[in-house]
Amino acid sequence: MISAYLSAYHTHVLILIFIYIILVVSLNLALGYTGLLNLGHVAFFGIGAYTSALLALEGLTYLAAMIAAGLFASVFGYLLVIATDRLKGDYLAMATLGFSFVVYSLLLNLGEITRGAMGIPGIPKPSILGITFLTNDEYLVFVFLICLISVFIMYRIVNSPFGKLLEATRDNAVCLRVLGKNTLSLKYKAMMISAFFAGISGSLYAHYITFIDPTSFYISELILVLTIVIVGGLASIKGSIVATTVIIYLPELLRLLEMPSSVMGPARQAIYALILIAILMIRPRGLFGKVDLE
Amino acid sequence: MILSCRDIYKRFGGIKAIDGCTFAVEQNKITAIIGPNGSGKTTMFNVISKLVKMDRGIIEFNGKDVTPLKDYEFARLGISRTFQDVKLFQNLTIKEHLQIAISASNERFFLNLLKGKASETMFINEVLDLVGLDKQIDTYATDLSYGQRKLLDLAIAIAKPHTLLMLDEPVAGVNPRLRDSIKEILRELNDRGESILLIEHDMNFVMDLVDHIFVMDAGRVIAEGVPEEIQKNPNVLEAYLGK
Repeated sequence: MISAYLSAYHTHVLILIFIYIILVVSLNLALGYTGLLNLGHVAFFGIGAYTSALLALEGLTYLAAMIAAGLFASVFGYLLVIATDRLKGDYLAMATLGFSFVVYSLLLNLGEITRGAMGIPGIPKPSILGITFLTNDEYLVFVFLICLISVFIMYRIVNSPFGKLLEATRDNAVCLRVLGKNTLSLKYKAMMISAFFAGISGSLYAHYITFIDPTSFYISELILVLTIVIVGGLASIKGSIVATTVIIYLPELLRLLEMPSSVMGPARQAIYALILIAILMIRPRGLFGKVDLE
Repeated sequence: MILSCRDIYKRFGGIKAIDGCTFAVEQNKITAIIGPNGSGKTTMFNVISKLVKMDRGIIEFNGKDVTPLKDYEFARLGISRTFQDVKLFQNLTIKEHLQIAISASNERFFLNLLKGKASETMFINEVLDLVGLDKQIDTYATDLSYGQRKLLDLAIAIAKPHTLLMLDEPVAGVNPRLRDSIKEILRELNDRGESILLIEHDMNFVMDLVDHIFVMDAGRVIAEGVPEEIQKNPNVLEAYLGK
């Protein structure tokens, strides 16, 4: 049905967009809404992908594997806050970046579990209630629904009184504490929710591509996700959705130029950098951002 | 006594910010801490509200030793305070500020997912009427003038459930009309039975409003009494004017 309107290639790009929307919105929840300068988000994406892939290969149902992926990533989110709770700003950014490298290194070196650099092939396509999402058209519908549910939940969170507390934590934690709020507990919750949805997006990614290796969750992914959040604007779900769509699609236009693949990769990175610089110069708050990038 | 501080000490490196400070605040009274700049008043406020950890001493609130509590735990017992430099949430609206101050349960996010937006609008309007902040409740904190920010800060402190209101220089930098208005607000709160502890440099404001005064100098309480006694106390005159 979908293939009547969309080429296989555009279906593929749309699937990636929906997966990245979950990843980007979840980062915005921690970074934009709560003010946690977390550069370890891609590690949660990787933890979710590996957890889901390994559990599904062990015979767990997809739904259970996906939820486990979110929960396991969430546990790492909790541990990350424990390790960094006294750090702020640049120091927090450096520590969380270090967390990304540690997770990458673990994925690479825990060969008995992760198969190291060889990666995990043959990850099964999701099957829920007897329905297996084998084709890309089917997967597009599935991933769209998960994306819709995830973004709706995150939208409800940031617009609830709890979400306002997260924003207050970002704006002035001292003021919030004298109002009787436990800001550390709020940071735990924010990071765990953020990591949970990053884990879910990792699961969707792994079961779509059907092969994962540590390089899928390295610094280039982090730069991409961070660029999207900044371009869309901090503390704006709408901005994250629009920016994900634009930034994932834009470099795909390079294909029309029929460049060799050795040029395509660097050109793609250059486009991300140019978009980021242009946005920071023209609209420092991004497309729909509510707060300044400090 | 609603608040009692005994033998409080706090050093910042080689500087004795608070040097054995002892005082108590009576229930339903307006009490002031005055003293020259650098005498340790704001540090004392920060120690009481647990934003600064004291080196030694005992703080009791409503007869209970609250010394080991964390800042937010103590705030939940019923301390509400403002800051000398107004501290607001710059990207939140007036209404959102007050919702945060009022609600005790909005840290529970699962509950909030189901509940959605809070419905304390009536109380919010009452508090805003009381402080005379005549702005739309959807106005962002960044769009308020200094005086309006000061009033919002006061409104937040009033809205938060409390039994002791601590105000750090409530009329610093405000125009005479607003100063008189804040004085009336504090009188009205006191008439309703509120206990208030404030720091202030404006002596006319203090002498006209408060029931009891503690004078600090070099981290110690050097005098205490009713305003008439303080005005005549030679130690106080010496602390302000020098020998």
